Amino acid sequence: MSQQSVLYDVPGPRQRRLTLIGSVVATVLLLAAAYFLVYRPLDDKGQFSMELWGPLIDPSNENFSLVWKRIGTGFQNTLTAAALAIVSSLVVGTLLAVLRIQLKSLTRRRFTGLATPLAYLLRGLNMLLSAVTRVCVEVFRGLPVVITIFFVARGFPEFGVSFDTLWYLVIGLTIYNSVVIAEILRSGMEGLPGGQAEAAAAIGLSPAQTTRMILLPQAFRIMLPALISQLVVVLKDTSLGFIISYEETLNIGKQIIGALDNPIQVYVVIAVMFILVNYSLSKLAQYVQRRLSRGRKTAGTPAQNPPPAALASQSESNGQGI
Amino acid sequence: MSVLIDKFDVFAGGFWLTLQICVLAAVGALLLGAVLAVLRISPVPPLRAVGTGYVNVFRNMPLTVVMFFAAFGLPALGSNADFLRVPGLDAVFSRLDTDLPYFRFALIALVLYTAAFVCEALRSGVNAVPAGQAEAARSLGLTFGQNLRYVVLPQSWKASVVPLGSVIIAMIKNSALVGFFGVVGDLSQTADQLTSAEGYAFVPVAIGISIGYLIMTVPLGALLDRIEKRQAVAR
Repeated sequence: MSQQSVLYDVPGPRQRRLTLIGSVVATVLLLAAAYFLVYRPLDDKGQFSMELWGPLIDPSNENFSLVWKRIGTGFQNTLTAAALAIVSSLVVGTLLAVLRIQLKSLTRRRFTGLATPLAYLLRGLNMLLSAVTRVCVEVFRGLPVVITIFFVARGFPEFGVSFDTLWYLVIGLTIYNSVVIAEILRSGMEGLPGGQAEAAAAIGLSPAQTTRMILLPQAFRIMLPALISQLVVVLKDTSLGFIISYEETLNIGKQIIGALDNPIQVYVVIAVMFILVNYSLSKLAQYVQRRLSRGRKTAGTPAQNPPPAALASQSESNGQGI
Repeated sequence: MSVLIDKFDVFAGGFWLTLQICVLAAVGALLLGAVLAVLRISPVPPLRAVGTGYVNVFRNMPLTVVMFFAAFGLPALGSNADFLRVPGLDAVFSRLDTDLPYFRFALIALVLYTAAFVCEALRSGVNAVPAGQAEAARSLGLTFGQNLRYVVLPQSWKASVVPLGSVIIAMIKNSALVGFFGVVGDLSQTADQLTSAEGYAFVPVAIGISIGYLIMTVPLGALLDRIEKRQAVAR
């Protein structure tokens, strides 16, 4: 909202009057559009009848408690899957990021103290591992998460490993999101000023110690907003569980619709629930971001921003899951 | 692996349909997203509120829910999404013309959902234009519209290419969902069809489908990385 004062002058009396008129006209037009394009067709089809809404909003309705108990179960399942997926993708993602940073620094090492063939072997091995992780990241980042979940649910039984559907969903989400989180953390670590790692090396920390004690904590801090918006993505993506018939909110919603035949009403309720939870998470991300930037200023340290373009593109792409 | 060769036309067909959906949805989302972005930075408060409300609603709702709304809510309202049958377009994208289940509904859902992210990408581009530029334009006496048209938007376009590209990549990946909503013949539905109904071995089919998606996403991602690097140098 800060740019708006840049794009146009602070309005004078005439401009204020014009804006007011414009506002009134726009409001009237919008309300008319909402009435004629949304309310009227809905009403014509009888979508506001108590018969359809009753089970969802009227406590005296016979189905009310049953319906909400089912929705509660569904939401609980959604949150369980999301929590498990978040924790495991954070762990796997962090490990992957550290691994990739380590491999990258190792590929630059020449192993001069060792015999020549051994040194070449080690270098080759490093390069191979580095390439393999790179390919894994590119592949899993480029695949739709729906496909990943679907493949996990279809593929694991094929190889004789079968779990509860919850675990297919969690594994599928973890594969996709851990790769994304690894990339977020890696770009956070690479965005740090080179002096950080140099200073750590100068006081005698090993590369592993440098990553663990110096780079990773700072990367977490800088990338916290991007990480939180990735959590929103995970929560949204758990709704894909319906594809492998995991009993999450949407799937339960489908069952309710099967029984009561009120699709629009049930989806409105479910959508509102998702929006409320995700919106508060996004607000949390904004709050964290503000606090972090303020903290950095008051501490008087030079701003250690990651490359702005990288951060912007990261958080943009991360905001968008399914 | 013989399924990859035997059923090559099925894979190719799935790829082609997915590509069509992606192109149509990208165009629609870019147009709608641009309108939303203008709303969000406009001086009229109710329009701003509409833009903000739209973005908040669609960004926080799973695409799955949007799809359900489009696929089951619109028919309940008696709409067939006929307005998407633009005369010239349906000659190129034949699926628009036919009444195969849910193609147009899925398209609407994808456009509505992606537009929110396009809007945010464009707005982040506007925010990236140095404030002094717009101030200078204003001090020259340009109006809001002129300011936007001649000074801010041309520059913001440059800053929003990379985030926009990420949005499009995400949209390509999201398009995989339409196969699970009855759009017959797209890549993800091909996987389902070949493994569960026709009983082909899982691994080769998985590889074929993955290659199909990676062809669309990886080169685009590499291109974006390159653009980003070049911009970083230019700065």
